[in-house]
Amino acid sequence: MQVGAKAGLSLGKPMRDVFGKALLAVCKDNPKVVVLDGDLSNSTKTDHVRHKFPERFFNIGIAESNLVGVGAGLAACDLIPWITSFSSFLLCNAYDQIRLAVALSNINAKILGSHGGITLGKDGPTQMGIEDLALMGGLPTMVILVPSDAASMRAAVRAATDHVGPVFLRSSRVPMPQIYSEEATPFEIGEANLVRQGTDVTIIACGLMVGMALDAAAALAEGGLQARVVDMHTIRPMDIKTIKSAAQETGAIVTAEEHLLQGGMGANIARLVAEHHPVPMRFVGLADEFPESADPEDLLKKYHLTSNDILKAAREVIAAKNR
Amino acid sequence: MEVTQIQQETLKEIARDLRLDILDMTTKAESGHPSSSFSAVEILTALYFAGQLRYRPDDPWWPARDRFIMSKGHAAPLLYAVLARAGYFDRQLLWELRKIDSPVQGHPIQGLLPGVEATTGSLGQGLSIGLGHVLGGRLNHLDYHVYVLLGDGECEAGQIWEAAMAAAHFKADRLIAILDYNKYQETGPISREMALEPLVSKWESFGWQVFEVDGHDMREIIQALQAARAAANQPAIIIAHTIKGKGVSFIEADFTFHGRALNPEQAVKAREEILCK
Repeated sequence: MQVGAKAGLSLGKPMRDVFGKALLAVCKDNPKVVVLDGDLSNSTKTDHVRHKFPERFFNIGIAESNLVGVGAGLAACDLIPWITSFSSFLLCNAYDQIRLAVALSNINAKILGSHGGITLGKDGPTQMGIEDLALMGGLPTMVILVPSDAASMRAAVRAATDHVGPVFLRSSRVPMPQIYSEEATPFEIGEANLVRQGTDVTIIACGLMVGMALDAAAALAEGGLQARVVDMHTIRPMDIKTIKSAAQETGAIVTAEEHLLQGGMGANIARLVAEHHPVPMRFVGLADEFPESADPEDLLKKYHLTSNDILKAAREVIAAKNR
Repeated sequence: MEVTQIQQETLKEIARDLRLDILDMTTKAESGHPSSSFSAVEILTALYFAGQLRYRPDDPWWPARDRFIMSKGHAAPLLYAVLARAGYFDRQLLWELRKIDSPVQGHPIQGLLPGVEATTGSLGQGLSIGLGHVLGGRLNHLDYHVYVLLGDGECEAGQIWEAAMAAAHFKADRLIAILDYNKYQETGPISREMALEPLVSKWESFGWQVFEVDGHDMREIIQALQAARAAANQPAIIIAHTIKGKGVSFIEADFTFHGRALNPEQAVKAREEILCK
């Protein structure tokens, strides 16, 4: 079944298209924004900027280390570079450059990691960014954003551009269900969004898994259980307050992310829960194995990233709480 | 601009004082890279103290300044000694090298000290950053030059050649690389560890204008800098042949001084040698 259908949500446009248009919009508004590409502008959809503002668009070629370094130099000239490529290529090729020239230097650069997670599908594990959040987690100054729908993507691109300092924004190839209305999209960096009220369990999710979490919550409601759903769109700085109240008020937490469990959002939430208010937890995410090429839907099923997996985890954690 | 005899003598004195500062800094810190700093003393002296670099220590981030990027970050003691001498910060800070709570870090960190343009120390990154500054200058309609000091071992890094290719592609004629070609990397002679030659034809084939100089002859360095700035539509590199540890005979003779400070007795001997020259 389509993500978000159970919760009555309609599917939006593919996130990469939304990103491309949103980037074009900030380029129109802010003459300081420049865009750097690793020869993937037709996949990341930065080609909108390429056509409209060619003088502010640089294809640096298939050379991610140089891509990041050039971006760092541009940031030092009081410009706002968006350094864009696939999440896996940027982080795995240019981690050292991101670490020194961007994060340690604490410059005003923005990094787009597109095609995060496994839902890019058929191109397979070589192109999948399944460890990007963990890698970015290793860089103390880096703000990490994972929008969950088209409206929040637009808001995130704007917030990232306006924020002074390094930001990583993760995007996906696929469409996501519409969670927010365009007029009322709350997006404050570091402030998670409560997208569903509930007291029996909290599901904290990011990206595509927010829609899945709402589906799971709808299924739980049929059995009389009310799940709170939190959109943790900012992985750093993490919203401790929302996590604490989730633990205190619902007594059970499930996390869900399209990322390795090792070093991902859930692991970070678990540390905070353990420290502030320990409650039973379950984790939906990728186990320690590399995924494969396939249709996104088949991948989500095989690697246990569906609303059913969240539902199962929620039932387990509620049982653990009531034990 | 011709360099007069008097200017030459003044520049030599500055170079001598910079070597003494590097020696004192690294000896006090009981660590650091004196030999990699010594080899580039004349290059930086020519840039900063012979009118080759446009800068304002009292307005360090002046948008139209020329940029100097120390890509071989382990020569940080040289950079700090030069910046202090140029008036960017109090000389007393030099003696805080590698100490707790000091902005004078083991390798340069952007944002901690005025005049430090980039975070370097993982080799290979400075040329890309320099290219970014050149592209930024174009967008901001500023006509500054960007100078990047490269190490020779550093040219083994792929990123250098990514940046070299891109700089030629973007016709970055405001980008001037200077290669401190002291012929040694950490574990031994470059020629033995990883063949870099033929360097001139490598850079030429990447679309760069190439100059070669004696990296301890400031007159030659200045002439090459002037010629490099005149290069149109392509970036330029000055390959400066240098001696690792230049100025102190027993360091020149022993490449294992890379990444090793002198002990107090060695420092006394080194000081005498530097003062004699």
